[in-house]
Amino acid sequence: MGRLKTMAELEKLQAEILKKRNPETSCVTVCLGTGCQAYNSRAVYDAFVKEINTRNLTEKIHLKGTGCHGFCEQGPVVVIFPSEIFYRRVKPEDVPRIITDTVLGGKLIDELLYQDPVSGQKYSRESEIPFYRHQRRSLLGQNMLIDPGDIDDYIALGGYQNFAKALSKMTPEEVIEEVKKANLRGRGGAGFPAGVKWETTSNAPGDKKYVIVNADEGDPGAYMDRSLLEGNPHLILEGLAIGAYAIGADEGYVYVRQEYPLAVKNLSVALQQAEKYGLLGENILGSGFNFKVHIKRGAGAFVSGESSALVSAIEGRVGEPRPKHINTAVKGLRDRPTNLNNVETWANVPLIIAEGAESYKQIGSANNSGTKIFSLVGKVNNSGLVEVPMGITLREIIYDIGGGIPGGKKFKAVQTGGPSGGCIPATYIDTPVDFDHLTELGSMMGSGGMIVMDEDTCMVDVARYFMQFLKEESCGKCTACREGTKRMYAILEGITRGEGSEKDIELLEDLAWGATNASLCALGATAANPVLSTLKYFRDEYEAHIKDKKCPAKVCKALIKYTIDQTICNGCGRCQKLCPENAITGELKSPMTIDTERCVRCGICYDACRYGAINIT
Amino acid sequence: MVKITINNKEYQAEEGCSILEVALHNGIEISHLCYHENLSVYGGCRLCLVEVTRNGKKKLTTSCTYPVADGIVVETNTPRVKRARRLMMELLLAMAPESPRLQAYARELGVNTSRFKLDGDGCIRCGLCVRVCDELVGANALAFANKGDKKTVVPPFEEPENCIGCGACAFICPTDCIGIEESGDERKIKRWNKTVKMKQCTICGRLFIPYAQIEYALQKAGGALPKEWFEKCPDCR
Repeated sequence: MGRLKTMAELEKLQAEILKKRNPETSCVTVCLGTGCQAYNSRAVYDAFVKEINTRNLTEKIHLKGTGCHGFCEQGPVVVIFPSEIFYRRVKPEDVPRIITDTVLGGKLIDELLYQDPVSGQKYSRESEIPFYRHQRRSLLGQNMLIDPGDIDDYIALGGYQNFAKALSKMTPEEVIEEVKKANLRGRGGAGFPAGVKWETTSNAPGDKKYVIVNADEGDPGAYMDRSLLEGNPHLILEGLAIGAYAIGADEGYVYVRQEYPLAVKNLSVALQQAEKYGLLGENILGSGFNFKVHIKRGAGAFVSGESSALVSAIEGRVGEPRPKHINTAVKGLRDRPTNLNNVETWANVPLIIAEGAESYKQIGSANNSGTKIFSLVGKVNNSGLVEVPMGITLREIIYDIGGGIPGGKKFKAVQTGGPSGGCIPATYIDTPVDFDHLTELGSMMGSGGMIVMDEDTCMVDVARYFMQFLKEESCGKCTACREGTKRMYAILEGITRGEGSEKDIELLEDLAWGATNASLCALGATAANPVLSTLKYFRDEYEAHIKDKKCPAKVCKALIKYTIDQTICNGCGRCQKLCPENAITGELKSPMTIDTERCVRCGICYDACRYGAINIT
Repeated sequence: MVKITINNKEYQAEEGCSILEVALHNGIEISHLCYHENLSVYGGCRLCLVEVTRNGKKKLTTSCTYPVADGIVVETNTPRVKRARRLMMELLLAMAPESPRLQAYARELGVNTSRFKLDGDGCIRCGLCVRVCDELVGANALAFANKGDKKTVVPPFEEPENCIGCGACAFICPTDCIGIEESGDERKIKRWNKTVKMKQCTICGRLFIPYAQIEYALQKAGGALPKEWFEKCPDCR
């Protein structure tokens, strides 16, 4: 079908697509998200193509390469519909067996099933796996049903009908009102009500207005936005188009980092397909509304996610924040009123139009409606992308979904909000996860990074790590942030090397105050959070480093010593053989010793010793 | 015109002006480094911080970037302002400890020494040189490179190709870290490692302008200047 000219034609197209598809036909979906592709899921997909073709099964088996399913550590992930059988760590050589035994034979292949690391139980259906069962995948759920390269998949699920509904049945004011009532808060970090922002842009004087998708996801380890863009680009485009209609913008930009090649590719294809159907472009569905979308690739600087820096970057200048005494909503891109929202925020918009604000608000907690996607990583059994209703506790995310801490270690803290977020200690594990509660604890929601730390994590070292990131990723324009992060890093580095002095904590607090109060932009204003939150909750660790020259978590190499317990060591020589520095001396079959001058504290001996004879002090 | 209050006194201010401009115009001294009246505002040095109350909300902000608005209340000397400025000064001083202008500002703010290791190269990244070269001279020979703590000012690709040797950058630099050296008929802009030949005045014999600058000026004037204009120095002209 060519260009759709009316709303009715869109519905007709959906009906035609559905008619062609038999829900009973087996559908094999292979995750082709970046995470699974790193495990070579492309080869698995190709093996399926080859097998299906050579066995003439194209009529019987529908193959689909989808976006990210979220459980990336189990990749490559294959899910077989309609029974929803979940196979993990699938290799190309497993493919013939999967087709014969499971798809055609209806039998499960035991070793490809997921086994829960905590209970040891095996699961066959994706939705039964604890990692998925405790989530609420309002946004990510569609990822596993959609081939991002085929707009028909999206339309089959009712795609673009919310946009059509807004165009035909709602005035722009009504759309804004609905988003305001839904209390959709910006998912990029600050949690500012999107509807209020839309209204400001809509009311700002000027005929020419812009809407922008901020896809400059910069937090290390975070990939929520990437997965949405890669897996379901039309969802973002539909949300953006609804917003453009509400605000009165006829042009939009997706600012996406160049380091996300698959997202750029899938988005470009989606854009072309939507234009071909006339769902973007001139006189959309006969409504008289025009909307053109451009993709702008960014060079991937953390600071370009800041709205004024992003606008500068789209204009072709250096991505540096500008003083914002006049809001971007009033004077943004090319000095025109501009509404900028994060990928995930836009993704929520079709949902709000579909079910209405009241129903949307049923999910989530008071003042924090809807779901939030987190990238759950670190010292946790199940890591990956998780989508949960806001207001769920940290405990539920870390233990129910994440399966707790591996190796029987103790949970120590969770870092939320990306590099400029903060560390929340174990005592607050029952805190509801939403914008307000995380900010109250001195951290923040950020875009959804969640790094779990166990007892072996040194909090001073964590602060040092994030400060290193921030000093490098600061745009460097203002003294408070550029020099502040540089000096904070230097002090933290000194403390972890055992060179800390009593005055350091005071100096850190002063610099943190300066960055928070005197920086030009919000990134500078939050840059001190890693220091402030670790000082607030783990001050004793700082003091141990500075006063006692000890690292309680035994991480900071300059402050630890490896020794061999002479009463346990039986002189087996294993450590001696493995030590890269030849720092272990002694005769075989008699207790050995470590030359601490030579020892580089690599920990190889510790891991190698079968008798627990190596001590770290 | 709008009415604003600075340190409990009311002032009339022209719309579109910044707080710093209004303050300086009325003789209220607010120390500043990256601001220059003839260049675009930058807001980088953070020295001209003031507290502004607007609609009941008080915030610390740079006076050079803040456009005046009716009814705002500005305070230039609160404990918070002083604390922030002192800290900024300490940070800046560590970057350019030798600078007499910075030392003078530091004394004014009661900062005697910096608590930080003095490890700068003299440049405080205020960007005045970049802006003067671009906005006033038009040669656009300088740019910021890199970001974060590696941010620096360099001629693009460290090739001072567009530099005409006019010396405006060295003139405007608040820490004197660029440096001009003249010997014989040559002028060297030390920081950019650019050497230019100087033209002699046909009347008094003074070496007064680089040849590259003459060429640039004549080209920019596009015939509006007679070719022999630079035969004489401004004093002899």
